[in-house]
Amino acid sequence: MNALLALLVRDMRVAVRAGGGALMGALFFLIVVTMMPFAIGPDLKLLARIGPAILWLGALLASLLALDRLFATDHEDGSLDLLMTGSVPLELTVTIKAIAHWLTTALPLVVIAPVLGLLLNIELRAMGAVALTLLAGTPALTFVGLIGAALSVTLRRGGLLLAVLVLPLTVPVLIFGVAAANAAMTEGVPFGPPFTILCALSLAALVLGPVAAAAALRSGLE
Amino acid sequence: MQLRAENLACQRGGREVFAGLNFALPAGEALLVTGRNGAGKSSLLRLIAGLVRVSAGKIELSGGAADSSIGEQAHYLGHQDAVKGSLTLAENLRFWIEFLGGGKPVEAALGAVDLAPLADLPAAYLSAGQRRRLSIARLYAVARPLWLLDEPTTALDTASQARLATLMQEHLAGGGLIAAAAHGPIGLEGARELRLGPA
Repeated sequence: MNALLALLVRDMRVAVRAGGGALMGALFFLIVVTMMPFAIGPDLKLLARIGPAILWLGALLASLLALDRLFATDHEDGSLDLLMTGSVPLELTVTIKAIAHWLTTALPLVVIAPVLGLLLNIELRAMGAVALTLLAGTPALTFVGLIGAALSVTLRRGGLLLAVLVLPLTVPVLIFGVAAANAAMTEGVPFGPPFTILCALSLAALVLGPVAAAAALRSGLE
Repeated sequence: MQLRAENLACQRGGREVFAGLNFALPAGEALLVTGRNGAGKSSLLRLIAGLVRVSAGKIELSGGAADSSIGEQAHYLGHQDAVKGSLTLAENLRFWIEFLGGGKPVEAALGAVDLAPLADLPAAYLSAGQRRRLSIARLYAVARPLWLLDEPTTALDTASQARLATLMQEHLAGGGLIAAAAHGPIGLEGARELRLGPA
């Protein structure tokens, strides 16, 4: 237990200190969402209707952007070798790294999403719902992205390959996330079903992601 | 406790690096692996640590913990030092001590490699030799029976090399095993030599 806590603290410390890339995802999210109204034009009704979709797409791309550093930095300085020969099972090690990554990269997205919703003319009550769907759905993005990060760990510029590998698996998360957010904005459309499916996707990813990622890391050994 | 290899073979990138390797290393003894560049010294150490797949034969640590792999009972000191530049020396070492299951206090381990005055310095400012000493502090702090050292004296000054030799002798005296790859003497008197190369 102590070992896992030590790993969590160390990963978060590295991410938060200079050069760690903690707010990289949040900044990219900010850029994408800020540029959207300029690109779409001053059609407030249109912005309000597609607002949740823009926020979700921005969160998805921001998550993918930050993922390729998940294992790459440890691989480059030799830490990954030692993490694999620790007495902690690799699946747990990988889970802890993903949790640290989610806390430093995805949680800021959830926090600033309501603020960015103002730029997209989303109603107040809908903003809370969008943030909630992001909170429930970004773990799925992180834990599924874990698999792509593990598969592309030895590649220098593995980011694009990672995105290609992971994107198909993130499509259901995107669909149900936007569906839940839209349901919160529209009267008469139930919020429960898409939201619970979103939670289910996250829970499934929480279990399958680390197992697949650990297997990918092991198979990457020559 | 004994580290035994039977008919061990290794392949990297589709090319056979070595084959038909046999040795037995009892507790309290050291194995010095020598050979020209590319002979497979690093590959052998990584194979023992479990970081490279065994393509034929077997390697086992008899007398060790039955349900742990060899890698979990060994310290692997590779070419890279597993040091995070944005953390201080103390934070780096404390993390590895806690992750690998606990051991001596950080201050004592830093003192053993004479890095105690730099404990709160961000590791990015260390020289190559100092980073190597920080890795050696990890070996001193966490007790594991087998040490796998890949060219451990690289970048070390003479005082640090002498300190490493002392640490290695103490480890062997306590019943540990060492397998080290090197191009020359590293302070292990009476070590068995395993020369890798063409048959």
